[in-house]
Amino acid sequence: MSSVPLSAQLINLFASVILLMAFAMLAQRRVLPLINLFAIQGAVLAASTGVVAVTTHQAHLYWSAGLTLALKALLLPWILHRLVRRLNVKWDVESLINIPTTMIVGIVLVVVAFNVALPISQLSSTISRGTLGIALASVMLAFLMMITRSKAIPQVVGFLAMENGLFLAATSATYGMPMVVELGIALDVLVGAIILGVFFFQIREQFDSLDIRHLERLKDS
Amino acid sequence: MDTFVLMLAIPLVSGMLLTVVGEREWAPNLNIVASLGTFLSSALLTGEIIADGPRMAFGEMFFIDSLNVFLVTLTAFVGLTTSIFSGPYMKNEQEHGRLTKGRMRLYKSMFQLFMFTMLAALTTNNLGILWVAMEAATLTTVLLVSLYRTPASLEAAWKYFILCGVGIAQALFGTILLYFAAERVLGETGNALLWTRLVDVKGQLEPTVMALAFIFLLVGYGTKVGLAPLHNWLPDAHAEGPTPVSAVLSGLLLNVALYAILRCKVLADGALPGGFAGNLMMGFGLLTLVMAAFFLSRQKDIKRMFAYSSIEHMGLITFAFGMGGVVANFAGLLHMTMHSLTKSAIFFAVGHATQKTGTQIMENIRGLLRINPVIGWGLMLGTLAILGMPPFGVFASEFMILTHAMKHHPWATPVLLLALGVAFASIFGRVQSMVFGETHAKRLPHAPAITPVFLHLAIVLALGLYIPPYLTRWFHEAAKMIG
Repeated sequence: MSSVPLSAQLINLFASVILLMAFAMLAQRRVLPLINLFAIQGAVLAASTGVVAVTTHQAHLYWSAGLTLALKALLLPWILHRLVRRLNVKWDVESLINIPTTMIVGIVLVVVAFNVALPISQLSSTISRGTLGIALASVMLAFLMMITRSKAIPQVVGFLAMENGLFLAATSATYGMPMVVELGIALDVLVGAIILGVFFFQIREQFDSLDIRHLERLKDS
Repeated sequence: MDTFVLMLAIPLVSGMLLTVVGEREWAPNLNIVASLGTFLSSALLTGEIIADGPRMAFGEMFFIDSLNVFLVTLTAFVGLTTSIFSGPYMKNEQEHGRLTKGRMRLYKSMFQLFMFTMLAALTTNNLGILWVAMEAATLTTVLLVSLYRTPASLEAAWKYFILCGVGIAQALFGTILLYFAAERVLGETGNALLWTRLVDVKGQLEPTVMALAFIFLLVGYGTKVGLAPLHNWLPDAHAEGPTPVSAVLSGLLLNVALYAILRCKVLADGALPGGFAGNLMMGFGLLTLVMAAFFLSRQKDIKRMFAYSSIEHMGLITFAFGMGGVVANFAGLLHMTMHSLTKSAIFFAVGHATQKTGTQIMENIRGLLRINPVIGWGLMLGTLAILGMPPFGVFASEFMILTHAMKHHPWATPVLLLALGVAFASIFGRVQSMVFGETHAKRLPHAPAITPVFLHLAIVLALGLYIPPYLTRWFHEAAKMIG
């Protein structure tokens, strides 16, 4: 089985780890391990981008690998850890649907994602094309996590994990977006995380809790 | 200096300046002067574009043609009138104790930065940067929606952030797919997301990928337009944020998001000649229109009601662009303009009315004509205009959309008429009982700025009676570009 080059095997391995992390986040009940899982996903994403960069010699991919590592594996998890400590939240993550059911829904989503991505990855000529389905699956799993969690921080982790999946999609289908776009996206994510941090304090000040079930009063009569 | 650079630099620089000096006594004037500067440079830019045709700026980074320059002028104009309106309005809010000095500063600087992101989104040539600017527009307004820090406003801002975040993530996936399709034709250069390059090769883009990309882009940017079923953030954000923010969200942000969809539709139409993109837009537009019309009748809060009215009109405009062709596009663009001007005028009037009566619940607002005839008539005329009464301009554009639908898509006509009728009945009845009757309201410490309301309504009225030929030509050219 020497027909698949080592780099492609590595990329596929990393992609499956990313998917595994997406499932692990879906199953995780505690908030600090959830942030750590997110950090691991970011690190693996950076590693996978790095491998693509080395094999294809695309200069800008080195930059985006570095940016991913700095932003998603280090800076954002650090901000989230600080937030959790400052807000003094140690509760369990509550899920609106029980976790086994969520996992089954997750598996269905993965199958759907693979089917949607199949015609596109056949058109692609990149070394990492097989991972497009995984990327779409991670986006959908992160989305599922956002829907099923009732606390603010897990929702935000879901939001950021969704961005991870999108980044994987960009590298696997096209070797990454143009540099200026990637920088812009990174800036938006960072500013978004900071604004959310400010926002958490506002919510806490008002409700004495970060449970977003308090945020269900606005309805159409 | 280049008018284009000036137009982008003024809001950016003044936004940063206002983060420092935003609580000073003269800061509202600085806000107005900056908006005036932006408007003047955009007007000059429009003159240049009309005289010399489309142009680029900063290499190929920015692209200005007759389609976006008209939206740029509209955006800068409504930005200017909103900044005039918000001066006394925000001072009143501060004196009612709803806002601190720090939040006044936040409001003014974020307002200018929001203008910057919208102008950048409108003029950029790079579809990736368009995405970045749209997301930045959400980020600058999310703290404005929660400006009052009440439980309801925090909830609205949270919903706004999460729903638009999810929506915009889908748009990013669409952009990635678009880049993927483009790269196969244009090669691995940084130019494969430049709209001007893409439009030259739109016929060669891979149809299956483009179809999927357009679905994601439509649903993604559609969330920000307020298209059903992801419209839930819109009424909350409009009702709970300060009124000037509701005015710019409704009058401008929705337009910019719709503009993003239009740019993508041009590309999708090139790759998919069967009218796939248009049919999708017609479907979403009609669904949104009907849903909004029926929700309208159930509203109790005045700002929520007009927010649903914005959703309704966005549905109608999306439907018009979905029909395609020069006439329908012309009507869509005209309706976009009329809706922006009228809806922001209504929000100005509503802002003053709620400040006077101290409530947003429509049952408790009575006799606006007794409190202040000018505000009362402003709200009444604005409502008549938005409901499509002749001779206001909204009538002209709605009439064009309806007749075009009758000719080419007769099945849709009853649905359109029904939705417009339901909307008319629900809004008109409510506003009538708010404007007329007895009242017991108090005087405000700062006299409201009424000029913007009547300025907008006067333009809408004038355009309803007579559209000058150069404006017709201009709309026509823009309509042809959308195809």
